[in-house]
Amino acid sequence: MSILAPSRGALRIDNAVKYYGEGSARTLAVDHCTLDIRPGEICMIVGPSGCGKTTLLNAVAGFHGLDDGSIHLDNKMLCGPGQPQAAVGPDRIVVFQNGALFPWMTNLDNIAFGPVAQKRLRRAEARDKAAQLMRDAGLAGHEFAYPGEISSGLRRRVEIVRALMNDPTVLLLDEPYRALDALTKSVMHEALLETYYRTGITIFFITHDLEEAIFLGHRVVIMTARPCKPKKIIEVDIPHPRDYTILTSKRFRELLAEADAGVHDEALKSFALGEREG
Amino acid sequence: MPSESIVVTKIHPATSVRRQRLTFARPRLRALISFVALLALWQAGSTSAAWSGHGWPIISLVPAPSVVLTAWAALLTNPGYWQSWGLSFTRVALGFFAAVLVGVPFGLLLIINRTWRSIAFPVFELLRPIPPLAWVPASIIFWPTQELSIDFVIFLGAFYTIVLNTLGGGDEIDQRLIQAARSMGGSRWNIFRRLILPSVLPSIGTGMQVGIGITWEVVVAAEMISGGGSGGDSASGGGLGFFLWSSYIGGSYPDIIVGMISIVIAGYLSSAAMRFLVARATPWARGH
Repeated sequence: MSILAPSRGALRIDNAVKYYGEGSARTLAVDHCTLDIRPGEICMIVGPSGCGKTTLLNAVAGFHGLDDGSIHLDNKMLCGPGQPQAAVGPDRIVVFQNGALFPWMTNLDNIAFGPVAQKRLRRAEARDKAAQLMRDAGLAGHEFAYPGEISSGLRRRVEIVRALMNDPTVLLLDEPYRALDALTKSVMHEALLETYYRTGITIFFITHDLEEAIFLGHRVVIMTARPCKPKKIIEVDIPHPRDYTILTSKRFRELLAEADAGVHDEALKSFALGEREG
Repeated sequence: MPSESIVVTKIHPATSVRRQRLTFARPRLRALISFVALLALWQAGSTSAAWSGHGWPIISLVPAPSVVLTAWAALLTNPGYWQSWGLSFTRVALGFFAAVLVGVPFGLLLIINRTWRSIAFPVFELLRPIPPLAWVPASIIFWPTQELSIDFVIFLGAFYTIVLNTLGGGDEIDQRLIQAARSMGGSRWNIFRRLILPSVLPSIGTGMQVGIGITWEVVVAAEMISGGGSGGDSASGGGLGFFLWSSYIGGSYPDIIVGMISIVIAGYLSSAAMRFLVARATPWARGH
């Protein structure tokens, strides 16, 4: 099975509903959210802090259930009627906001973890493949360092390689570059695109950063402040492959203005609600 | 000095090296000075009756460093003294390793099993405020040999600390790491062995470092109370705590000081060994 198979990675979210809390504290986090992500699409989810974007991502990953609605991946139901919570699985790998590399394993062993845990590969084979993927991603030389010994930018790249090692159908990125400075971020973006051009994997990417969203995404989905549902979907009609030169293009600026207009109201609403940054 | 400061401003790279050396050397130099001053003051105070006509309070009753050193030199060839070292170390090692052997699995079980936690933790918390030394009489009654009763009290000294630290480490496990591992297909055992265990390891290490310090406090007191155990037949050979106590009973004051210093050295050596072990076991934590 090639990971470049174009028919792979269709993620459909239908009328997803999620409440938080109990009794009088019960609040609606996700409100009848419907989203159709195409195979091999980079879909950027933008919304104000605490709007429930991460709730949606966690439901796809299987970290918690939905109160209503369904999620399908390639026509296979992950969760829906009769199964409120998706099973976690290596077909959907999350890269977290602050990273979740295992600090006590070398970068190489972090990357080799998945296939060994799944009993798909023996440890030695997994290490060979991990080393190969690290070389492909330009991470050679960092194999035997611990995550704590490399820069946060490199850590994110190692984590993406670790995700890819599981041959996932969709990558779930939850603001992975949030804590990075602007320069590191732009290097990360190009590295991610480069990986994407090699693998063609579907990417579900949550961010606050509109420039990031437009630079990377095929589509940018702007979410409403809590409860969360798509408010506006922007088709980014700048052709891939892209590089940093598009950042100064007229079309990029136009799309940015369009997205900004959509996000601004929601940000104000979220601010009024007093949401904590999440 | 002024000429030096001119050099400093002229040659920049050399400056920083020089400054660094100075900042490294100064605290050590100060430590050395205060150590020498303490010895001098001690020597002066101890001999104050002889040279100033009247003895300074308290300190004039303490044997002078020179006297202590002479007493120590005599003890170095005394097999009983070394037997005391051996006995105390054996007791600490036995009690401490028993505490690790029981405490770490006990703590880990508290982390991973909520049922076990609700059963065992309240009892643990109920018994914990009892100081280890308060167990000495009961311990002597219910253990068949005096040696075992000393080991048990030492065990208790380290046990509570090791369990509490292990448990504390468990509370700090990053749930995202667990989620990531589950996503990648990690089984429960896999997650326990490759995530929970290493995640708790630094806290276990902290517990062991604190614990070994407590064992030395306990062993000394336990040996004083229980009369030295199996080695109690000779005054110097019943453990360092017993040696200290019997030096007091026998009125050999310099030996009391030798005993105190010996315990400092023994405690320092054990702590250093523990630090080394912990650093080796958690290589990812270096530089943090």
